[in-house]
Amino acid sequence: MGKPNDLVQGTLDLLILRTVSLQDMHGWAIAKRIQQISGEVLQVQQGSLYPALHRLEQQGWIQAKWGESETGRQAKFYSLTAAGRGQLEKETANWARLSAAINLVMTEA
Amino acid sequence: MRWLARIQMKMQMLFQRGKAGARLDDELQFHLEQQIAENVAAGMNADEARFAALRSFGNPALLRERTRATWCWTWLELFLRDVRIGVRALVRAPGFAALAILVMALGIGANVALFTVVRSVLLNPLPYPGSDRLVALYEHSIAGASLYNVVAGGVFTEWKKQNSSYSDMALVGEAEFNLSGVSGQLPEKVRGVACSWSLLPTLGVQPALGRNFTAADDQHSANATVLMSWSLWKRRFGGDPAILNQTVHLDGQTYTVIGILPAWFAYPDASTQLWTPVYHYKPAEIMKSLGAHQFHAVGRLKPGISAAEGVADLTVISRRLHDQHLDNPFVSKAAMARPLLDDMVGETRRPLYILLAATGCVLLIACLNVANLLVARAAARRKELAIRTALGGGRMRLLRERLMESLLLSAAGGALGLLLAYGAVQWLVSTRREMSRVDAIHIDGAVAAFTVGLVMLCGLFAGMISSLTTKDKQLLLSLQDSARGSSAGRTQTKLRRSLLAVEVGLTVVLLVSAGLLLKSYQRLRTSELGCTTENVLTMNLQLFGSHYRQPAQLVNFYAALLERVRALPGVKAAGFVEAVPGQGYWSDEGFSVVEHPPMAQGHAQFALIRNADPGYFAAQGIPLLRGHSFDPSRRLDQANQTVVDAAFAKRYFPNEDPLGKHLKLDDKSYQIVGIVGDTRYTLAKEPEPVQYYPLFAGTANNGTLVIRSGSDVEQLALPVQRLIQDMDHELPVSDVLTMDQMLGKSTQDESFITTLLVAFAGLSLLLAAVGLFGVLSYVVAQRTSEIGIRIALGAQREQVLRKVLLDGLKPALFGLVFGLAASVGAARLIRTMLYGTQPLDPAVFGAVAATLLLVAALACMVPAWRASRLNPMQALRTE
Repeated sequence: MGKPNDLVQGTLDLLILRTVSLQDMHGWAIAKRIQQISGEVLQVQQGSLYPALHRLEQQGWIQAKWGESETGRQAKFYSLTAAGRGQLEKETANWARLSAAINLVMTEA
Repeated sequence: MRWLARIQMKMQMLFQRGKAGARLDDELQFHLEQQIAENVAAGMNADEARFAALRSFGNPALLRERTRATWCWTWLELFLRDVRIGVRALVRAPGFAALAILVMALGIGANVALFTVVRSVLLNPLPYPGSDRLVALYEHSIAGASLYNVVAGGVFTEWKKQNSSYSDMALVGEAEFNLSGVSGQLPEKVRGVACSWSLLPTLGVQPALGRNFTAADDQHSANATVLMSWSLWKRRFGGDPAILNQTVHLDGQTYTVIGILPAWFAYPDASTQLWTPVYHYKPAEIMKSLGAHQFHAVGRLKPGISAAEGVADLTVISRRLHDQHLDNPFVSKAAMARPLLDDMVGETRRPLYILLAATGCVLLIACLNVANLLVARAAARRKELAIRTALGGGRMRLLRERLMESLLLSAAGGALGLLLAYGAVQWLVSTRREMSRVDAIHIDGAVAAFTVGLVMLCGLFAGMISSLTTKDKQLLLSLQDSARGSSAGRTQTKLRRSLLAVEVGLTVVLLVSAGLLLKSYQRLRTSELGCTTENVLTMNLQLFGSHYRQPAQLVNFYAALLERVRALPGVKAAGFVEAVPGQGYWSDEGFSVVEHPPMAQGHAQFALIRNADPGYFAAQGIPLLRGHSFDPSRRLDQANQTVVDAAFAKRYFPNEDPLGKHLKLDDKSYQIVGIVGDTRYTLAKEPEPVQYYPLFAGTANNGTLVIRSGSDVEQLALPVQRLIQDMDHELPVSDVLTMDQMLGKSTQDESFITTLLVAFAGLSLLLAAVGLFGVLSYVVAQRTSEIGIRIALGAQREQVLRKVLLDGLKPALFGLVFGLAASVGAARLIRTMLYGTQPLDPAVFGAVAATLLLVAALACMVPAWRASRLNPMQALRTE
């Protein structure tokens, strides 16, 4: 089972960007969404999640807005910026190339 | 748009950091609440849900730290935190902080001040365009004694006409003017120069107002014109441009002011206020003479021509002149040149560099002292540091804090030092007006950058030394150190001792250098001038104007003046001479001895020359060895007697009696009637032969009035001046000084550097003593319980005293040996500045060693005595 520490930093960034590209989300929801979609394989711990979120925000790839959560409490919602969208495309292409290459090695060798 | 968003983010993180922190807490809190809610939904009760959520959440403080670490400006936040911690730590130890800051301030201040002076005077180029091509031109002296002799007017004329290496060259001669009052102002003596009209074009300078001289102004037949300095124009004429083309009275003559020079212009020096064309000002025969060397010359090399090529060019011309005038033995054979900057600052270079080296030593000592204090503090805070390390404080983090502390100290010291330096530079500029380029000295951006660099360097140096003593392992060991009776911090003590030894060594070098200069200065001040210097008053007179045109008018004035001065109550004797001993070279003149066979062609004799009145020798206290002084009744053409001094007799009449022989000077023959004692024209030079001629011949129109009294001669200054005013109210009297004051003025360069160096040496001695005292006190405090046990077991108090004392003296002894060895090298460097003192003077070295040991012993005595007085019971209870 994949632990958060096994997630390479770049991979976590990619997952976060991908997740918030679908919908504005707060930290908790992002972690939950990644966990659900990966079929409970990828568990993102807060210890990695929030530093990554703040780093992406500092770099201007995502932006934060305070809004009301489903429970009616104020929460910080992250959304993708234009620059973040570009970054996501680039990272996605990178990832596709890398995983295809790894697949090739694993199946052909 | 992305950069805009990033800037916005940066601003937000910089100015709303607290808010961002609160939001982060809120965000994390929300996450926790969500987790609890989920746990509750999964069926846990409230408490269980909360605990499970907290468990999975991990260490909230760590999470917060990690997240904040991704923010921008984090480095600034950490820096400010370090500053805050550093300031707090220093405020907790105000005594330590004040001492360290003061020490740093003195060290940095002295260095910044000296650097300012060295940079402005020695390193900055002259303020003229293309100043690297400006050279000062000289002739070799005829005897070859000096390569840099002043230039004769006739030689310069030929140089200028025939050379092909210089785009322009100019001649500069000294001049002093009496500027008469225009509207009731007092007459004033103003320094100026007589220069060829090409001076400003050669330097590449334009007048700020009006025009430069033209070739037509620079002729004997031209109308008198003058250029004025900016400061004189402002001060004396209120900066009124209407002064242009108006006339002023200089030495009773009418001069037209044609221009004002820029405020920054100071050539040849800052005291020059007036410039007038030399070919108009000086007699035509002087300007044509090939043998009367009395002018400075400056040339601008053509592009692509080296200084050596320029000199070779002029030397060919000089050589040709020499060969064409073999009958004139005073024509030089060769030319010489040096860069104008070197020429202007040459004499100040060595003293300034020596002082800079000395301040460097002081700063190093200051740094070592502060490092020493920091090491002591680190030792005192050993436990605190150990606990922080044990709790996971990073090594870098602790190191950064220590460095920050020492950087703060040196920054505060640097700020204070900059103030000190500013004061010192202002003081120097106002007290040393005659130093070359003194007007160019000011604190600028480069000096500020130098100060910042110095602060960083000192902070890092002192901080690193103290930080290097702490090792992680030992830190943890020191937690166990609290056991009674263990002695601690051996490494630190060893390090502090080595620092002290270096400090003492540097101090010894400074002390020896200062001691040598001090001895040399005392030698200089006590060297025998050859005359009375106590209770002798001198004042300069310059007789100009229509009523002193005839020799008879001059002689009558001198005779009347001396008669009336001698009649004043309190005056023991009075005389008049062109220059008194110690007043300078003044001038020399070629002569021949009538009774001797003529000299071979191309050879000549010359000696210092003075015109003096018959009573001068008695007034000045120059002993009459044989014969008598001038006959007062022989005046004007009848005045055909001469007096020579013993050195003259010895050199030019080695095996005969000079009395009764005749000297020929300017085709007039004088009989030698007396031989007087030798005198020095300057304190630092051995006596030179002097020939004295009668003042009453009426050829000299300026000189020094000498008045001797039984006591308190200064009281006579006013009556004498009043008397002179009485005789001629337009006659300016200047430089009213006692002999002692005049000699003090003539040795003020030596006095200046000696005083400063002695002050620096004293300062470092004090620092070294404080260092010794501190280290030994610390060692004794560390070993209190050990000493207590020794005493309790029966050690004699004298034994304890001796042991502790020797312990403290050891670094001083090491330092002394190392310092004495280094001093030998330092003494060699200042050898040329020493007068009558050997660089390895045993008395100075001995005195320094004794002083140092004495001071070191005193510094160690107090802690050693305290150790020997320890009450063993108390000592054993201290832990």
